[in-house]
Amino acid sequence: MSLFVSLRKEILQQWRTARLLIAAAVLIVFGMSSPLLAKFTPQILQSVPGAEEIGALIPTPTIMDAVGQYVKNTAQFGVILAFLLTMGAIAVEKEKGTALMMLVKPLPRSAFVISKFLATAFTFTISVAVAGLGAYYYTSLLFETPAALPWLLMNLLLLANIFFYIALTLFYSALMRSQAAALGLAFGSMLVMNLLSISKKIAVLLPDSLLQWGAQTALRLPGNPNWTGLGVTLCLTVVLVSGAWLVFRKQEL
Amino acid sequence: MSAIRIEDLRKQYGAVKALDGLTLTVQEKQVFGFLGPNGAGKTTTIRLLTGMSRPTGGSAWVAGEEIAHRREVTRKIGYLPEEPAFYNWMTPQEFLDHVGRIFGMGGTERGKRVNELLEQVGLAQVRKRRIGGFSRGMRQRLGLAQALLNRPEVLFLDEPASALDPIGRKDVLDLIETLRGSCTVFMSTHILADVERVCDTVGIINRGRLITEAPKEELLNRYTLPAFEVEAHPESQDAFSAWQQSAASLPFVASITPQNGLRARVVVNDVRTARRELPKHLAAASISLQRYEVVTPSLEDVFVRLINGGAV
Repeated sequence: MSLFVSLRKEILQQWRTARLLIAAAVLIVFGMSSPLLAKFTPQILQSVPGAEEIGALIPTPTIMDAVGQYVKNTAQFGVILAFLLTMGAIAVEKEKGTALMMLVKPLPRSAFVISKFLATAFTFTISVAVAGLGAYYYTSLLFETPAALPWLLMNLLLLANIFFYIALTLFYSALMRSQAAALGLAFGSMLVMNLLSISKKIAVLLPDSLLQWGAQTALRLPGNPNWTGLGVTLCLTVVLVSGAWLVFRKQEL
Repeated sequence: MSAIRIEDLRKQYGAVKALDGLTLTVQEKQVFGFLGPNGAGKTTTIRLLTGMSRPTGGSAWVAGEEIAHRREVTRKIGYLPEEPAFYNWMTPQEFLDHVGRIFGMGGTERGKRVNELLEQVGLAQVRKRRIGGFSRGMRQRLGLAQALLNRPEVLFLDEPASALDPIGRKDVLDLIETLRGSCTVFMSTHILADVERVCDTVGIINRGRLITEAPKEELLNRYTLPAFEVEAHPESQDAFSAWQQSAASLPFVASITPQNGLRARVVVNDVRTARRELPKHLAAASISLQRYEVVTPSLEDVFVRLINGGAV
């Protein structure tokens, strides 16, 4: 019950503070423009005086370029937005005193933390869904129609990847008192994971491995599904949200 | 019956003892003034009693629930922090509605209570305006409304009027006065005039320890000594300075506090003798007077005396 009350407020906040709108706008613009850019980049370059030769060197774009571009853009901007929209979720409420105002009432800290994760996840689900539909439409229009189910699966894997970064940032937001510190730690963790991904054995376990699997699936390319990577990502997401709650419940407000 | 019972409550931050064995009882339906200078441990006490902080030692009960049972305590209390914080994107109506949902109130009951409180705190006209644009006084009144939404048995108010202008302060104190008899109010403050105006019982805390606790009138009778305010004419300034030194040794005088070169507060321990002898003594010193009056003892006198551990 408390979770629904808190979730209601969080979703309302996503809407009223334009977070939902911003996330949706950014992801739609970059998601939808991916197939367009893939298609028209050689032509754009050829129309630039002096860059005609470079344009001519670029091979004729295919659906692979469109999907690759879409996955890359959505993941990159998704992660940046996940950092920005989550870094203050708990830290700012602690700093401002709204957490104290709410938690002195019969609102469990678990509901407070989980609702923040769910509301942000909701924002990204809507945003990726609309961006995915837009990109699907333009890919079909400019290249060929991708298979619907694999396309959906690719977007779900993209979402799983973004959910992990939401959970990571939420954990640091619970741990720290300032949103800047939460952002710094989340960004630092991402860099560490990027360094670790140099090792191929580790790379397949990391959340970013889902992106490659997603692109492969959408394009129906040969390759094994990375269930381990998905399992690790989902487990880490649950662990980080639980960790955020455990850290936060011990804190004095 | 007691609404709040505190036994040997302690809170330590590193080497700092914020609360050092506080023992206190607040009776039901009282407006209790928790008085102390800045840093005395008032906010720490409230945070412990509301479950927002954990004690290092001791125990306490609020509305019959031990503070360790946070969930049960939070159902029975209301709390207004010193600087209440809100979701600025919400309207007061939405904020109170959200609080009502947290308390599990049904739609009809919630709507009725929200309207009732908005009327009570004078925010009915701005119920649909964003809280972000509210003045400090309006925020404080909304803070009081959210603290009252669940009809709390015990209401904690942390410095409810200290940051407000005189009109805002009057509004908030008027509201607190209307609560007398309906719930127990535990109000921390360092503003003595506020306590004097609205509180029935007063507890004075300093350096994490309770110095005294008693009904306001009893405290005034117990600790205040009658005082005389004497103001000399400027032509008698030198004589007045000399008189202050000699008068300090008079047997009925407890202390003399110079207010400035021409004014002094004379605290006496025998008011009848002082009434008779003080004017004679002043006349003997050839002092021309501007003003001479017996002043009503105030809580400020008691407070200063107790905090300083000495004379008024």
